[in-house]
Amino acid sequence: MPRTTPDRAVEILLVEDSSDDAALMVAALEEGSLRLHVAVVEDGEEAMHYLRRQAPHADAPRPDLILLDLRLPRMSGQEVLAEIKQDAELRRIPVVIMTSSDNDRALDGAYDLHANCCVCKPANQEEFHEVVRRIERFWLTFAQRPGNP
Amino acid sequence: MPHRLLGARPIEILLVEDNVEEAEMTQEALREGRVRNRVHWVEDGEDALAFLRRQGAHAAAPRPDLILLDLRLPRISGQEVLVQIKEHPAWRRIPVVIMTSSDDEKDILAAYDKHANCFITKPVDLDKFMAAIRSVEEFWLTVVRLPAA
Repeated sequence: MPRTTPDRAVEILLVEDSSDDAALMVAALEEGSLRLHVAVVEDGEEAMHYLRRQAPHADAPRPDLILLDLRLPRMSGQEVLAEIKQDAELRRIPVVIMTSSDNDRALDGAYDLHANCCVCKPANQEEFHEVVRRIERFWLTFAQRPGNP
Repeated sequence: MPHRLLGARPIEILLVEDNVEEAEMTQEALREGRVRNRVHWVEDGEDALAFLRRQGAHAAAPRPDLILLDLRLPRISGQEVLVQIKEHPAWRRIPVVIMTSSDDEKDILAAYDKHANCFITKPVDLDKFMAAIRSVEEFWLTVVRLPAA
């Protein structure tokens, strides 16, 4: 269990091109009792700008957890994942792959690229909400993350 | 919500733990879970690698779907086992959850840098210990989509 009570908000980066899915996920994440801040970016290129603090994200905080959709415009989720996990500074940030695809090959490929875990988005909204709550509960209250909180 | 239907094959879990008492408690918590699973327990790092290679007494070993790995192990350390798994083209996609008594930031960073999928500090308190194992069971066996092969 994480060692200390965080004295700053937990930073989550959500990379999701569907505004409906993003809204649902942000609402589910913010429902918990933890103080957290969710930044939403809509494509892979912007995700890398955010992580590298390039304009317009010069002041972006370092995320404690990344939720990454696989199907993204411009730069795919796989490419973003590969860049994060090959970067000596970024690779230690846990990346949860969120995908609507049940494609075994895509998911196995994500694990090969060192995704920390893969989760399928349920089509049913209530189940989707519950899945996001469980991701938050596990990663933010049970798992140790680099640079607590 | 479990993505694996009842009646599907059990989830094969490799537990690498040298402390007999903790191994027994872990197995008990996993048995109580909702998802059918089979735990294969080995006590040191060398035996863990023999299990993965199907050597000696492990000739009939299944490929694990999930590995729970202690860090402080006799003979070959957990860190070394982790490196060997994550550098092996056929093993690296198997999720490895580090389960250790350590909450040292150095251990946490080193594990994530070596592509551990997750890091859990085992609480000393018995009830909290069981809750932590149950959280691993609930998240990794029911929320996560494990690799197909």
